[in-house]
Amino acid sequence: MADLSTNFVGITSPNPFWLASAPPTDKAYNVVRAFKAGWGGVVWKTLGEDGPPIVNVNGPRYGAVWGADRRLLGLNNIELITDRPLEVNLREIKQVKRDWPDRAMVVSLMVPCDEDSWRDILKRVEETEADGVELNFGCPHGMSERGMGSAVGQVPEYIEMVARWCKKHSRMPVIVKLTPNITDIRYPARAARAGGADAVSLINTISSITSVNLDSFSPEPMIDGKGTHGGYCGPAVKPIALNMVAEIARDPETYGLPISGIGGVTTWRDAAEFLALGAGNVQVCTAAMTYGFKVVQEMISGLSQYLDEKGMSLDELRGRAVPNVTDWQYLNLNHVTKARIDQDLCIKCGRCYAACEDTSHQAISMSPERVFEVIDAECVACNLCVNVCPVDECITMETLAPGMVDARTGRVVSPAHADWTTHPNNPMASAAE
Amino acid sequence: MSSTPPRPAPAGITAPGIVAGRLPAEALADNFTDVLPPLDRHEAIVAADRCYFCHDAPCVTACPTEIDIPLFIRQIATGTPEAAARTIFDQNILGGMCARVCPTEALCEGACVREMAEGKPVEIGRLQRFATDRLMAEGVHPYDRAAPTGRRVAVVGAGPAGLACAHRLAMKGHEVTLYDARPRPGGLNEYGIAAYKTPGDFAAEEVDWLLSIGGITLETGRALGGDLSLEGLREDFDAVFLGIGLGGVNALNAEGEDREGVQDAVAFIAELRQSADLSTLPVGRHVVVIGGGMTAVDAAVQSRLLGAEHVTIVYRRGRERMSASDHEIEHAQTAGVKIITDAMPVAVHGNGAVAEVEFAYTEDGPEGLRPRPETFRLHADQVFKAIGQRLEGAPGGLDLAGGKIAVTGAGRTSLPGIWAGGDCAAGGDDLTVTAVAQGRDAAEDIHTSLMTG
Repeated sequence: MADLSTNFVGITSPNPFWLASAPPTDKAYNVVRAFKAGWGGVVWKTLGEDGPPIVNVNGPRYGAVWGADRRLLGLNNIELITDRPLEVNLREIKQVKRDWPDRAMVVSLMVPCDEDSWRDILKRVEETEADGVELNFGCPHGMSERGMGSAVGQVPEYIEMVARWCKKHSRMPVIVKLTPNITDIRYPARAARAGGADAVSLINTISSITSVNLDSFSPEPMIDGKGTHGGYCGPAVKPIALNMVAEIARDPETYGLPISGIGGVTTWRDAAEFLALGAGNVQVCTAAMTYGFKVVQEMISGLSQYLDEKGMSLDELRGRAVPNVTDWQYLNLNHVTKARIDQDLCIKCGRCYAACEDTSHQAISMSPERVFEVIDAECVACNLCVNVCPVDECITMETLAPGMVDARTGRVVSPAHADWTTHPNNPMASAAE
Repeated sequence: MSSTPPRPAPAGITAPGIVAGRLPAEALADNFTDVLPPLDRHEAIVAADRCYFCHDAPCVTACPTEIDIPLFIRQIATGTPEAAARTIFDQNILGGMCARVCPTEALCEGACVREMAEGKPVEIGRLQRFATDRLMAEGVHPYDRAAPTGRRVAVVGAGPAGLACAHRLAMKGHEVTLYDARPRPGGLNEYGIAAYKTPGDFAAEEVDWLLSIGGITLETGRALGGDLSLEGLREDFDAVFLGIGLGGVNALNAEGEDREGVQDAVAFIAELRQSADLSTLPVGRHVVVIGGGMTAVDAAVQSRLLGAEHVTIVYRRGRERMSASDHEIEHAQTAGVKIITDAMPVAVHGNGAVAEVEFAYTEDGPEGLRPRPETFRLHADQVFKAIGQRLEGAPGGLDLAGGKIAVTGAGRTSLPGIWAGGDCAAGGDDLTVTAVAQGRDAAEDIHTSLMTG
């Protein structure tokens, strides 16, 4: 069994699976249940400044997108930060950390954008002996209209400023949680680093409307005939999150900045992908909200088995895919593949044929007996057939070895690398040296 | 009724002879409830999710009426079962009955790619029932008639072929007179299908719903050879469609087959379907059913459900030659029916009433099927003959093929202006769904002929 223990910016936990700041971490009852189930740590649901408690809507807080068999693919929420008194939360944080010293206890914070507010809250959190703080610069609804959450996260200068205050007024590690509701994630990440933050965590939720009620003509979730945008999360956002994590991991200005990966982590495999793209750990919410806390046990056993099978440590997995994330212009244009259909696995549904014939390159033939075969002379290796085939591994991509002839172009496959930067059609091409 | 007469105590399963009331009323009610209950909305959504929306789908190819199955299932999955029903009815106006009685495991579901993938096809039949039930429950007929053409067509036989033909002709704007020899329309849907496949009065409700398109005058109790003649119909109408089914039952050709207790299975099935009180319907303690098709299975299973203690189907060839589907045969076996193959009846023994049936084992050789010397006897106080039906009372002047009305193209007979379809026409599979396809296609051909001829 591989060692999954993790040290993230000095915060140790028995495994890299933390619960993200969200409803599952709003109170001791839930957090204790999570720790009993095996979660390595939590980021406590965001605390605000002392005063009258936050008010939430009293109608539905969540909307959803489902796949086949009503599998939850995306979840959207309009809940605000904790609506429990600050004092109660701090007391519970302190008690839980005392009872569970080996688990990571990070506290998410969101207070108005002035130095005093941050200094005051940090002082109170330090008294709980929590391991660190996460600055919520991400929430896209409710708080952002009040100048907090993503209203801060969308302005790199504010991020830098607040991060600097926090480092100045606290000895705790500071993680800056980034909003994806911007055009280039590298700018806020650079700002966090410039402000002295110890790490970034991403992504927070994506501004979204999950559906429209076609009877009352309101966005869902609907509150008395009206709806508002919420924050989208769950499996559907994972590709967006992976890209943003990779962008930060390979940006020279933020290279090496610790990253806590968030966004649609549902299985050990998702977690391993975030780790391979440079995340030091992952945070999970929707999977727990969908299936309960027990899902962490599959994540632990799966990641452990994977590492054992690869003969790899967690540290060796971390960032391993980062060097292979590149720009389109550097992709090898001499790499030629062709789709291959395994006739023994084929169930003759014809979806590959419909997809290729109607929407792609007419590169799959169909016989009267429903035998589907790839026409190499037409196949551009787009992968659409692989993606629409309902049977795993039935259609695969075969790489043509150097020396073989590509039936589509009639050219012999070259062993040499050649990309757009050297391509004759590129007016900016430079001669290969 | 002012008072209910006292019910006789159940005769019990072991009572000798052919008697009614072998089982208590509650047991009968249980036995004859829906064999495959309808899907509820959740079940339908889950079942519909499994469809892969195949290209040029094999299930459609396998359907004799070529219903666009992937489309109707997608319409169910997206919350529009009424549109799904419309997709079904466009091709098969008796889609409700076919959803209940089609041998789907041999047709659409047998061809489903998920049968190949996982040995578990999409439940097409039950999804079809979900959609068609939904639309029919709304009590609205989904089709309008075209402008009147002034043409009149006689459709003889209100079974699946005749109903499908009449409906399509009415849609096209023709005036249809629909004749049937029996007191109620529906043909085998009404008289020939096991009661547990169509509980309630579904067959009659479906006919009422179908006829509500208008333009179809139903005249029951009128038969060819009775007060109708083909010559008369040809004079009175612009075209005639014959969907008269197979009225005759084949003989056993076994000594003693006229003994009391030897009956036609089709008559038993019809009597059961029309019975208002199953506790009054007599059945034997030892029942022997001779035959290997759906009729044999339906008669045998229903005998068991009525309380017959021992029910045996005897078929003269091997199991693989039985025309009843594997699913039907398994259903019979689960119901406690014993199946003996490769044996043919040679004599029916008894003193007046049947007491035993004697069978010879058979062998299939170059000269055909022959009895072997070895015989055995089965105790029987009721014997059902289910060895096939034949055309009876076909009007003269029509060419026949293989004992049925010869047809070319979409049901054209040898006489101009006369079409035929369903079981009475040569070349079909004797399935409800095939009859529907033939009736529909003949109607299209009649329409083309009337409008261009």
